Amino acid sequence: MRYLPLTGADRAAMLAAIGVATVDDLFQDVPPAARLAGPVDLPAHMGEWEVEKAIAAMAAKNRHSGEMASFLGAGAYRHHVPAAVDHLIQRSEFLTSYTPYQPEIAQGTLQYLFEFQTQVALLTGMDVANASMYDGSTACAEAVEMARRITGRKRVVLSGNLHPHYAEVVKTLGALHETEIVQDAPSPEGGEDLIPAVDKGTACVVVQYPDVFGHVRDLSALAESARAAGALLVVAVTEVVALGALVPPGEMGADIVVGEGQGLGVGLNWGGPYLGLFAARAKYVRQMPGRLCGETVDAEGRRGYVLTLSTREQHIRREKATSNICTNSGLCSLAFTIHLSLLGEAGMTRLAALNHARAVQAADALAAVPGVSVLTGAFFNEFTLKLPKDAAQVVESLVAKGILAGVPGARLWPGRAELADHLLVAVTETNTSAEIDAFAAALTEVLA
Amino acid sequence: MMNRQGRPTAPGEAASTPVQTVLGHRGLDHEEPLIFELGQDGRSGVDLPDVPVIENRMGGLARKSPIGLPGLSEPQVIRHYVRLSRRNYAIDMGLYPLGSCTMKHNPRLNEKLARLPGLADLHPLAPVSTTRGAVELMGTLAHWLMVLTGMPAVAMSPKAGAHGELCGIMAIRAALVARGEGESRIRILVPESAHGTNPATAAYCGFKVDPVPATEDGRVDLAALKAKLGPDVAAIMLTNPNTCGLFEREIMEIAEAIHGVGGFFYCDGANFNAIVGRVRPGDLGVDAMHINLHKTFSTPHGGGGPGSGPVVLSAALAPFAPLPWVVETDDGFALLEDEAGESFGRMAAFHGQMGMFVRALAYMMSHGSDGLAQAASDAVLAANYIQARLSDVMTAAFDGPCMHEALFDDRFLKDTGVTTLDFAKAMIDEGYHPMTMYFPLVVHGAMLIEPTESESRESLDAFIAVMRTLAQAAKAGETERFVGAPHYAPRRRLDETAAARKPILRWVPPAPAAAAE
Repeated sequence: MRYLPLTGADRAAMLAAIGVATVDDLFQDVPPAARLAGPVDLPAHMGEWEVEKAIAAMAAKNRHSGEMASFLGAGAYRHHVPAAVDHLIQRSEFLTSYTPYQPEIAQGTLQYLFEFQTQVALLTGMDVANASMYDGSTACAEAVEMARRITGRKRVVLSGNLHPHYAEVVKTLGALHETEIVQDAPSPEGGEDLIPAVDKGTACVVVQYPDVFGHVRDLSALAESARAAGALLVVAVTEVVALGALVPPGEMGADIVVGEGQGLGVGLNWGGPYLGLFAARAKYVRQMPGRLCGETVDAEGRRGYVLTLSTREQHIRREKATSNICTNSGLCSLAFTIHLSLLGEAGMTRLAALNHARAVQAADALAAVPGVSVLTGAFFNEFTLKLPKDAAQVVESLVAKGILAGVPGARLWPGRAELADHLLVAVTETNTSAEIDAFAAALTEVLA
Repeated sequence: MMNRQGRPTAPGEAASTPVQTVLGHRGLDHEEPLIFELGQDGRSGVDLPDVPVIENRMGGLARKSPIGLPGLSEPQVIRHYVRLSRRNYAIDMGLYPLGSCTMKHNPRLNEKLARLPGLADLHPLAPVSTTRGAVELMGTLAHWLMVLTGMPAVAMSPKAGAHGELCGIMAIRAALVARGEGESRIRILVPESAHGTNPATAAYCGFKVDPVPATEDGRVDLAALKAKLGPDVAAIMLTNPNTCGLFEREIMEIAEAIHGVGGFFYCDGANFNAIVGRVRPGDLGVDAMHINLHKTFSTPHGGGGPGSGPVVLSAALAPFAPLPWVVETDDGFALLEDEAGESFGRMAAFHGQMGMFVRALAYMMSHGSDGLAQAASDAVLAANYIQARLSDVMTAAFDGPCMHEALFDDRFLKDTGVTTLDFAKAMIDEGYHPMTMYFPLVVHGAMLIEPTESESRESLDAFIAVMRTLAQAAKAGETERFVGAPHYAPRRRLDETAAARKPILRWVPPAPAAAAE
């Protein structure tokens, strides 16, 4: 077995040093009834190429985004990841290291986490950010929990235009703490007014920016009303690239900003692993979940970094921790940091501008298709179409034409028949003008 | 002896005093500024096409202020992160004996396969007709996990071990609510030796955490456990093998006792790597157990994630599992995303840690049923070898064989002036990452050593020789070697107290220099 260095002679010598006859003697504490007599019913070991062949065969049954023109978004976005990113995150020292609990020999991880926290704070316009969460949806649920802790209130207002998976995760965790969750039906045409829903018993309002249908709205008035009621404004950003072009939530009065960082560095991966972003105002830092990296000095006075404020965390506080979370999304946060470092100010703003421009071109091209209307007036790189037919069927017909047209309403809201003819379309820098034209032409054909 | 150009080829008398270098670098160890302290406006490491001229449609919300990012070219960015990388210890560099963390080899085949475009470049909401292979891979991994654990169901979506714990306890909670006991069963029993995530999870789910003491030999005190059982007990959360590296001999009696009062048995599967292929948790009476794919099945730790924590479930708990759910049909595997039934809901967007599923499955297929059992055997053998070879100079916490990790306490350091922390830092100077220290809490000054199956005998012998020397040096009063350690790391000990007292959690631009007069 290529991964196991011990030889038969090694094992015999080691057993002799221990003073037992067989390795079974080391398992003597296992109740005899629970010891397996032989191997379980699974295939025996395989060489590299056999494994590669078996898994590649499964991969070949998929039709990946690179084979087609892809306009899929709704919480996961296909952006080009520079080759340097994937090369660097595969360096042994990053890939095969553990959580930086011994800071003297983990300064590499700690320093990039400090850079990551700074980048997230800058993009969101917030004071502080943590070292990442599992993904955007779990970060969103943790933000709601944090707001409950800060305010001591149990009522949570969710925008109807929050990604349904995010809303479901909030509800799943909220059920543990008798959280009263208020959410109106989705407003695919925008214009939702959440201000009347906020009262003195509200812990927080959660709003997505841009929202799940793509709408971009000024949140300042909502932030002001929330503050007046003593509630927090939680803003969820599922497309982090948008923050290169839009006014950051921090500048509109957000108290907590959570996000999905997958769009930078991480890739699609059929939904995971992704990267949860979590940023907040400085005064709430001790209520934040997850790991935090901080600057300090060593015994010789040199600058260095450590994990800090861990008295919030489970390994110190146990049942009194702010969250049960243990891990962060380490390697994904590194990919994000490297991608954003490569882009820099000029690259990030240009990438975002390019996304928006392509989306505008696509929206115009698709609006010209007979029977189709674009429901989203102000957007970043994603908008919603209303089709004269069932959107899931249209999507399936367009697969045959080499186009992944978008996410049909039924996939995200299976219970809402009124959204079955809605299609969420995302456009990124990877979509060419030719792809956009082909999409419009194919849609025209399918709807004809 | 001189060569023809006059360049000395023998070292001569090497300088022995440390030299103050110009930039603070020490040979291959470079001091590296923050990325924000590098860079120039206008520079970028990515070339992008010209932006088409359009009329902005962002509803008046176009960003007005700069983000504040530095501009660097690709070679600068690569150099920066390569330099940072060299300040990390890693499994690929040496033995990484972190008990309870399982730092085993991460095969590179796994990385290659996870990057196949057919798996990596797949959108989670792509039409199901285009993702059949992904569902098949998830279903295949689920099958392996169920066979290896002897359990009838597995929830694949939890994103890490602690998330898996949450999944298991939520499934238990949902099952209790379904049988009308949601209000009455409020206590969860958690041994004192448990990982911090266990009590944190139980409390997060609204249960009262009731600690169970350990016996002299490091196991759950069955009599004390039984005394705590009652109609208000929801479950026990037990790690097996436990965090002392010991198999709970009375595990089946524990399962019977908790089931006898109508409670559930949650097993923390963090240490499944010790028994995989040799013992099935389903045969021990387990109702739910998470599996850390990064521990037992070698997905990389990546400096702290991403993890993946599928949860195997008994038939009693399976109906309450979170969505989505992979099922086997006549037509192959299918993914159920919205047939709620009794499911307690959704734990995360999309379907789970696909990238980790690919790696774990590649590891499993590479080992096969025979190799997985061999890996467990070798891991246990290596830990016992270390325990046997160090017990005369260090103090083993418990008698008898251990499982995959050997636990020592600090009795051997008594009156030496050297603490467990000092001892750990001295290991850094010797070129090793320290073992897990001060965990589990039930042992004073704990040192938990987990060598894993990835080490050769030569590697184990070298490590043992270092540990023996250090133990003897501590006893011989060579205190400076320990209390000043590490001497040879990129940093000396860091001031964690100062970091927590006045937290600096991000870089801020320096204030403009004061006028020069």
